[in-house]
Amino acid sequence: MDEIIVQAKGITKYFPGVLANNHIDFELKKGEIHTLLGENGAGKSTLMNILDGIYHPDEGEIYIKGKKVHIQNPFDAMANSIGMIHQHFMLVDTLTVLENVALGLKSQGLYIDKKEISKQIETISKKYHFNINPYSKIWQLSVGEQQRVEIIKTLFRKAEILILDEPTAVLTPQESEDLFKILNQLLKEGKSIIFISHKLDEVMEISDRITVLRKGKVVGTVHKKDVTKGYLAKMMVGREVLFSLERKPLKRRGEVLKVKELEAYNDKGFKALKKISFSVFGGEIFGIAGISGNGQKILAQTITGLRRATRGKTILNDADITNASPKVIANKGVNYIPPDRLKVGLIPNLDTTENAILRSYDREPITKRNFIDHQKAAEYAKSLIRKFNIMVPRIDAPVKLLSGGNMQKLLLAREIAERPKLLIAVHPTRGLDVGATEFIRKQLLKERDNGLAVLLISEDLDEILMVSDRIGVIYEGQIMKVINIEDAERNKIGLLMAGVNSPKN
Amino acid sequence: MNVTATSILITLLATTVRSGTILLFPTIGEIFAERAGILNLGIEGMIIIGAFFGFVVSYTTQNPYLGFVVGMLAGGIASLIHAFISITLRGNQVVSGLALTIFGLGITSFYGQKWINNKLPESIHAVAIPGLSKIPFIGPVFFKQDYIVYFSYILVLVMWLILYKTKPGIHLRAAGQNARAADAMGVNVNATRYFWTFFGGLMAGAGGAYLTVAYATFWLEGITAGRGWIAVALVIFAMWNPVNALIGAYLFGGIDALQFQLQASGTTIPSSLLSMQPYLLTFIIIIIATLIVRARHLGAPKELGTPYAREEK
Ligand SMILES: Nc1ncnc2c1ncn2[C@@H]1O[C@H](COP(=O)(O)OP(=O)(O)O)[C@@H](O)[C@H]1O
Ligand SMILES: [Mg+2]
Repeated sequence: MDEIIVQAKGITKYFPGVLANNHIDFELKKGEIHTLLGENGAGKSTLMNILDGIYHPDEGEIYIKGKKVHIQNPFDAMANSIGMIHQHFMLVDTLTVLENVALGLKSQGLYIDKKEISKQIETISKKYHFNINPYSKIWQLSVGEQQRVEIIKTLFRKAEILILDEPTAVLTPQESEDLFKILNQLLKEGKSIIFISHKLDEVMEISDRITVLRKGKVVGTVHKKDVTKGYLAKMMVGREVLFSLERKPLKRRGEVLKVKELEAYNDKGFKALKKISFSVFGGEIFGIAGISGNGQKILAQTITGLRRATRGKTILNDADITNASPKVIANKGVNYIPPDRLKVGLIPNLDTTENAILRSYDREPITKRNFIDHQKAAEYAKSLIRKFNIMVPRIDAPVKLLSGGNMQKLLLAREIAERPKLLIAVHPTRGLDVGATEFIRKQLLKERDNGLAVLLISEDLDEILMVSDRIGVIYEGQIMKVINIEDAERNKIGLLMAGVNSPKN
Repeated sequence: MNVTATSILITLLATTVRSGTILLFPTIGEIFAERAGILNLGIEGMIIIGAFFGFVVSYTTQNPYLGFVVGMLAGGIASLIHAFISITLRGNQVVSGLALTIFGLGITSFYGQKWINNKLPESIHAVAIPGLSKIPFIGPVFFKQDYIVYFSYILVLVMWLILYKTKPGIHLRAAGQNARAADAMGVNVNATRYFWTFFGGLMAGAGGAYLTVAYATFWLEGITAGRGWIAVALVIFAMWNPVNALIGAYLFGGIDALQFQLQASGTTIPSSLLSMQPYLLTFIIIIIATLIVRARHLGAPKELGTPYAREEK
């Protein structure tokens, strides 16, 4: 049990402008599940990608079962029985499960023995109750199923050491529980697991030992039984973390947004909003709770002018803004934190300054006589960076190099700086670490206290319960019920989210 | 149908197959390069380089088969310039491809001056396949051809098998669809892309050489007449599938053959209008193909034209 199977000594890795891993020591014992805990950008994925041969360390040594190894590429990693399940799945979605498993196999000739491979896939699939058809195309599978294909890939290659990089980030709570069962079964079979996460509850549930990383350095390695959640949070963030937020009493003002019997269609041509109606008032956070795919995204797009309403009205302070252009709507005071910060919110290859002025580039003081004043633009960006404490490698580095939390801060800073009347935030903290999540939520509360109307759309019920003043539960494009926070009960909301209850009673 | 009409139709279709073969090789080659993630707009340049070397070697050695092989290799070597720029240097593939086309057209025009209007003493001849060539209608159209045409039939089949049934096929599809995933699975993405870009060059060279050693058997400046661009369009029309490429290539070959036949029969339609046809049809076919591709969600390989670097975010 105490045999050390992986040992990394003094691993250092530089990226342009960042020291991602700074002399990291890490060890994995046979048969244990060792969690790497750290905020986004702490260097967890970098360290694991080094073990998997994707990145090469600038300094440091790796030992597998006591033998020094040089892992040049993922193939070497496999030869050393290391299998990694990446944060972003390494699957080719136009290929079948079988073809993905066969990808890169060196043991065979030119032809693929589909029968043999499919038999092995089915054996693995049966053993762990995966229920995966080897001939399905990847794009036909749910995210949870895709993750199981990733696990099959590593087991097929006889991996003894499994690395899972934030596997639960894409799963529902139920799917996470299923995954943990699988991991426990793998442990019983003598495999060793490195598990990456920044969710404290699950870390406390599943780990044997925990190594905490912060800013590329190891803070410490602890046994789970010796620590508490609060202690881990402090190690990870470097200070005390609040698990609940302080909220000032509600000071509701006049009606800012009125949505009246709004209807819209999704990309597949189905009606995604069905005569949805609700109002948001100044000084309150109106939370929309619901299971993914019940019209949340369409709702935000329709209000902000990114999607056509086929019926109904959106009214902002008595002005009809239905189907106005996104720019007109924004200029009237509706600002937007979209669900996908790198696809809609920011332009990945532009730098911080350019992204910071996306809303204000065409007016004074940034544009004068039709020309952009780059100095003014940079000053503007720097003021946002200072105010929101955004960490950027360099101000002229593409914004895609920022960590998720810092991207989101930049996005929020840019939108709030417009002094909106209504802020629509969709999944504002998805994929963010504890520190950034807390920061974003506090900012939303602060703006609420200043009288802003906030429409918060989130699939994280805890988040909705933590910050909202009123909660509307959305189900199949309709609001089931609006509940004041004082009357909100988790169970009741959960049932409404599943569609139990007749609409609007 | 009377006897002469049938025999004219057979001649027309047999010419169609040969004219289509000129397009078939480059289209197959580009399908594989694109499937691996490399967009090569240098096809026109590589075809004419193949055509030129094919002609010169056939002329000087009086061996058209040697000419064909050398023309093919010349196309392959030319493609390595593009491979180096787009894979190793991670340059812009559109620019590099266009440069290759201009280079090919320019260099063959310069060195080709003194070969203009020379005719090959010895060209590639048709060899009827015993048995098969006796099948009425089909026989004389498809099986009274030369060895290179027979080679192209086999090639289509083999390439289809490689693409869908073998490991190299999966590797190249993965390299063009999700290079990072392919890399993480131990596929050498850049080597894969080099190989298939080179293959694309060989095929473009083969198409060009076939044009001068079997189809036209003379040299003319700009003899390819934009066939490389038609091949680029055919790749989309074929939806990156080698068997569809055969259909598309023969379709265009048919128009080319028809136009020759019309000109030979002394039609009153101006020849410049006639020779415009393939390009008009290119437009129409691209529009139709794009609509089909969109309706069936069968896009180009996802990472087509995107260079891959492992440590890049
Ligand atoms: N390929 C890369 N190029 C440049 N910077 C990178 C690259 N990969 C990671 N980084 C940077 O290295 C740091 C650590 O990142 P990462 O290992 O992904 O963190 P974690 O997985 O803990 O969230 C971050 O600042 C990130 O922006
Ligand atoms: Mg990570």
